[in-house]
Amino acid sequence: MKQADFVSLVMPFKDKVFRLAKRLLVSREEAEDATQEILLKLWRNKEKISEYKNVEAFSMTMTKNFCLDRLKSKQAQNLKIVHSNYTDNNTSLQKQVETRDSLDWVSKIMEDLPEQQKIIIQLRDIEQYDFAEIAKMLDMNETAIRVNLSRARKAIREKLTNTHRYGIK
Amino acid sequence: MVLNNIEKLLEKYNNAETTLQEEAQLRTYFASEDVAPHLEHYKPMFLYFSKSQQEQYTKDVPLKPKNTKLYQWISVAAVAVLMLGIFIPNWNSGPKTLADYPPEDQEMYLEAKAALAMLSDKFNDGTSSINALGLASENFNVGLEKVSHVAEFSKTTNKLLKN
Repeated sequence: MKQADFVSLVMPFKDKVFRLAKRLLVSREEAEDATQEILLKLWRNKEKISEYKNVEAFSMTMTKNFCLDRLKSKQAQNLKIVHSNYTDNNTSLQKQVETRDSLDWVSKIMEDLPEQQKIIIQLRDIEQYDFAEIAKMLDMNETAIRVNLSRARKAIREKLTNTHRYGIK
Repeated sequence: MVLNNIEKLLEKYNNAETTLQEEAQLRTYFASEDVAPHLEHYKPMFLYFSKSQQEQYTKDVPLKPKNTKLYQWISVAAVAVLMLGIFIPNWNSGPKTLADYPPEDQEMYLEAKAALAMLSDKFNDGTSSINALGLASENFNVGLEKVSHVAEFSKTTNKLLKN
């Protein structure tokens, strides 16, 4: 397998790997490192890649395991949970500020979810995989995934409703 | 009617029973401007989902092809060649005696040896005659000393004569 072949194989899902890593590790730098690690692992085992039926699902599973290991490991003590992903935004319209604010809220709410639910929300609502694929990636059955997903969605809705109605922060 | 539909979909959504198409429908509804006021609080959630889907991984991954092994073996080969270069010339040069050479060579060797012996004999003669010269110069030195004695003597006689 040549480098070009590998890149074209990996290209479609490298952003998904990165987003899942970022969902779990929060900080952008950490997520970038994790993505790089995953892609390098794939590259090192490129001879075996053709044996996998679904490289994308396999990579997502790898990412999930890698990130969870990272969170558990000793190194996680040095993990930058406080991110610095600030962007410069000059538009000062009230409405835009408000939506940005509430978007930040959603991301904060999602940070508080248990890891399992984070992963499932990420895979379903953001990456839009179907349940069969998620089941394969996470090695769970579909019912369990539905239950977790439902809990996660309800939790997000609950918190959003509260902030929306009472402005609790 | 539409609103009713959306509410139903939301209910299904919260129970995680929606299909991907229905979820897409919800997403487009909440992306639009006119969202029913009592559903307003869902809006950031769906907006956030669509927005975070656009995030991209921009870093480059250094993919090194695996040809480093070849370089390692080249150095090994170079060392092997060097070692052979050092050892091979010594293989043929065992201890050799005069008898191993052909007779003409032996003859030439003996002739050269005789000639050189003669030369060294003459040299030795030369050094012995130079020794004789050295002896003569020694005698000269003794003579000079004696002459200086004579000079001393004459000095004192001159002094006596003056007095």
